[in-house]
Amino acid sequence: MTRLSTGGLIDRETQLRFSFNGRSYTGHPGDTLASALLANGVQLVGRSFKYHRPRGVFAAGSEEPNAMVELRSGARQEPNTRATVAELFDGLVARSQNHVGSLERDLLAINDLFAPFLAAGFYYKTFMWPKAFWEKLYEPAIRRAAGLGTLSMRPDPDSYDKGFLHCDLLVIGAGAAGLAAALTAGRAGAQVVLAEEDFQLGGRLLSERDSLDGAEASLWVTKMREELQSLANVRLMPRTTVFGAYDHGIYGAVERVADHLPTPGDRVRQSLWRIRAKRAILAAGAIERHIPFAENDRPGIMLAGAMRAYANRWAVTPLKNATDRVAVFTNGDDGHRTALDLMAHGVPVLGVIDTRADAPRFGDYRLFAGATITGTKGRHGLTAIQITQGSKAAWYSVGALGVAGGWNPNVHLASHHRGRPVWDEGVLAFLPGPNGPHGLIPVGAAAGKGGVANALADGMQGAITALGQIGLAAKPIPLPQAENTPATQEAFWHVPGRRRAWVDFQNDVTVKDIALAHKENMRSVEHLKRWTTLGMATDQGKTSNISALAVMAELTGKTIPQTGTTMFRPPYTGVSLAVLGGGDTGPHFRPKRLTPTHYWASARGASFIEVGPWMRAQFFPQPGETHWRHSVDREVLAVRAGVGICDVTTLGKIDVQGADAGEFLNRVYANMMGTLKVGMVRYGLMLREDGHAYDDGTCARLAEDHFIVTTTTANAAGVYRQLEFFRQCVWPDLDVQLISTTDAWAQIAVAGPKSRMLLQRVVDDADISNAAFPFMACRALTICGGLRARLFRISFSGELAYELAVPARYGHALMERLMEQGADLGVTPYGTEALGVLRIEKGHAAGAELNGQTTAQMLGLGRMVSAKKDSVGAIMSRREGLAGDKRRLVGLKPVTAQTPVAAGSHLFTRRAVQDMANDQGWVTSACYSPHLESYIALGFLEDGENRLGEVITAANPLEGQEVAVEVVSAHFVDPDGGRLRD
Amino acid sequence: MLIPHPLLGPRDAQEFIYLGDATLMHRPDATRPDAEAAFCDYVFLRHNPAGVHRELWFHEAGDRSWLVVTRNTVTHEIIGAELACDVKLGVTQ
Repeated sequence: MTRLSTGGLIDRETQLRFSFNGRSYTGHPGDTLASALLANGVQLVGRSFKYHRPRGVFAAGSEEPNAMVELRSGARQEPNTRATVAELFDGLVARSQNHVGSLERDLLAINDLFAPFLAAGFYYKTFMWPKAFWEKLYEPAIRRAAGLGTLSMRPDPDSYDKGFLHCDLLVIGAGAAGLAAALTAGRAGAQVVLAEEDFQLGGRLLSERDSLDGAEASLWVTKMREELQSLANVRLMPRTTVFGAYDHGIYGAVERVADHLPTPGDRVRQSLWRIRAKRAILAAGAIERHIPFAENDRPGIMLAGAMRAYANRWAVTPLKNATDRVAVFTNGDDGHRTALDLMAHGVPVLGVIDTRADAPRFGDYRLFAGATITGTKGRHGLTAIQITQGSKAAWYSVGALGVAGGWNPNVHLASHHRGRPVWDEGVLAFLPGPNGPHGLIPVGAAAGKGGVANALADGMQGAITALGQIGLAAKPIPLPQAENTPATQEAFWHVPGRRRAWVDFQNDVTVKDIALAHKENMRSVEHLKRWTTLGMATDQGKTSNISALAVMAELTGKTIPQTGTTMFRPPYTGVSLAVLGGGDTGPHFRPKRLTPTHYWASARGASFIEVGPWMRAQFFPQPGETHWRHSVDREVLAVRAGVGICDVTTLGKIDVQGADAGEFLNRVYANMMGTLKVGMVRYGLMLREDGHAYDDGTCARLAEDHFIVTTTTANAAGVYRQLEFFRQCVWPDLDVQLISTTDAWAQIAVAGPKSRMLLQRVVDDADISNAAFPFMACRALTICGGLRARLFRISFSGELAYELAVPARYGHALMERLMEQGADLGVTPYGTEALGVLRIEKGHAAGAELNGQTTAQMLGLGRMVSAKKDSVGAIMSRREGLAGDKRRLVGLKPVTAQTPVAAGSHLFTRRAVQDMANDQGWVTSACYSPHLESYIALGFLEDGENRLGEVITAANPLEGQEVAVEVVSAHFVDPDGGRLRD
Repeated sequence: MLIPHPLLGPRDAQEFIYLGDATLMHRPDATRPDAEAAFCDYVFLRHNPAGVHRELWFHEAGDRSWLVVTRNTVTHEIIGAELACDVKLGVTQ
């Protein structure tokens, strides 16, 4: 055990059991998985991505590049969890990743021996030849070796949610600066959201030994938390990562509601918040960088600041054996703090290796001034370091090494919205630039103002400034007495040498790789990143980007800002797809629309199908029917022989009213509509402005100034939007009003030779005889003793048919009434499959024919595009390429009736070579026609209208099918239309 | 993003459907001799400025009005929003 006997923000009274790679350990509440592993002497926690090098915990926060584990088991197994932020809970199960065999004896560690061949650009250079090997050999092999961790491949059992928050001030980070800002704004009465990534408030205050008002900082943090909790206008959000800054002051945040629990119970696992903040304070602190030197990636080597955090916050030394010594390698004052803190905890310290020849001394420890580390030993954990001072090099045995290379302000969020960070030679770091997200004010260490006193004052001032900008007055608050620790450092970026010095641990990028990229002219930062994959791992190079820039700057002889900056993009840390979905998965992906007769159909055992957002009855199986075709064939024949009823509510309905309604419709339909007589219906075709067919439907005129336009189900929203566009944006001078009434009316198709007979039994007193109510008539009337209704004599099936509309809430009752009244007529409900068969038999176009690539001419409706008027798409439809298209809608009938034709097949002349040059068109729709007892199809065929009787080939090369089909009229049933008019 | 609807105040951009360049409001006269060329330009050619852009948004999940929104495509700053029918009729601007 390397747990210190006292101190730390852990609950020593409570033991938590957990396992790592099958071995059981214990920790305490307040531990992370990383601190608990270190407390149990576990240094080796994973293998690196490329070389499979043994790796240990490197950091103490979300910037961790090494300690990635698979957390939990079963369906909740989650790869690439950073052990440094995984809160320990009782029963936690974790496994290391990226090794074959045990973690200690990873078979793929052999990759490390091939390191000279696996340099930057290895993949680009190696797998070029032979080309044919790529798909079959190289890619599968690379894919097997790539990736970190494994997925459970089971559905996520947890729930997720998403929501909106609104506030005056969002404070990102609850360290010294963030707490001061939140309290200043909270006391001023502003609406404040304080988001903190950690499960405890306090930030670095918890990890350092700074005193506030002469007492432990954690006491002040507790006081602050209590006051903030007591303020109704402040919302405290621990375990919440603000991962991105978006337009107009919107911030994306993930709250890990239940990640710290074994299972979420009745809570959601995580919530996605969209926080709309008038102003935001970026108090995200700073991330320490390291100094690359030879063999610097061994377990036991970690950031010096992380070492302090483990000692101070978690009472853990990074040593395996309590008698080993710790060394610190630094280029500035900050590393010395680690030595002092460890000494205060009684940890043996070898000394501080400071790159500065004039390194100051802060305590009673051995100081190697002007020295560097030039080598390390220890296969699964650090055992010795080589210190070079001048020309002298000597080995020292140590159990751990802290590396302090300076602190990078956490400018991530300030760099969203193309906010370029600016290099500051004073603090040797990039600071937030002036063009970051509007309204985001960086403070404290995130703004390069480290030191507790600085951070507190800057946080308070930031809040006052932010609130002032939105017209809220805030007063300064009394701040606790605090100091700024010395923080001078020199620009020392890496220790030169021949051995590998890691820059990016997670993606195994070394100084040598950067040098190679430079040699190969991949010198721009963007090229460097892609050539070496530096900074492109899951940690996004949080600990490596600046070191890499510095190395490249040195190689090119330029300054760091001349070499480039790193662009950060959301998200700050990985965001699970599950929380982005926010629970809108599976059936909740989008709302379902149910027809007025849905429950009626459901009670009759209908099979349903999604049609756009709607659920529609597909067919109604009867006892004894074992295949959907049995049901569909029966329904089709019932319509042709008797009467069928079908809910067609989903077709779009647009009510068009106004003195200029006729003129408006003339302009949006290709054909004339203004001439339609009151009480009549006309088929209408709409084009897109580019001249292609867009949508079709019917247009009924109920009064001089009142039309009802119907659209296809799929385009209902689009047509309405388009009509509103023309009404408001193009012809606002016309007196016309539109409203979508799709949901207001239930509409039932009543089709078949006995349909009039059935309707006469429900219609109150209107005369619907053939003479009084002919084909394409429409009228408002009442049914069933006074219920207002609209009746349209239109047909999609080719039979005598009507559509009857009633207010939506009566749809269910109407269906029941029609079934009851038509029982002796054999009334048969039919679904969308039968509807489809009936319309193919009749040769009516539907979605497959109106697919956006076809024209009125192709549909055989060329003459409908009126030359007497301008209408949407009319001019463009006359373009040579469109008007000259010779493909026409035809019917296709297989030479052997029982051979199915596949929709999507392409049409070729018999025995022609089947290639693009000989392509004659394609099959749009196909079905089995029980009426004709044959498979039939519709399709577009080159010069189709002149090829009736010809036998051609419908080829479906994807499935090796070829069917001989005869070209016939698209109207398989009643081509003269006599049935419609009887 | 927030769109300042002239009738309804600030509304979330998710309530809107984006169409594009507001020049779509200027549909060519079909009777002019070069109508086909004019329509080709109208249908297929758009300016794509990096900067201030006037564009059409439809408040589909709201009051179904078409708006002309002036937006800076570089910063996404929304400079203003007007009812498209007012713009077309010359009521505003």
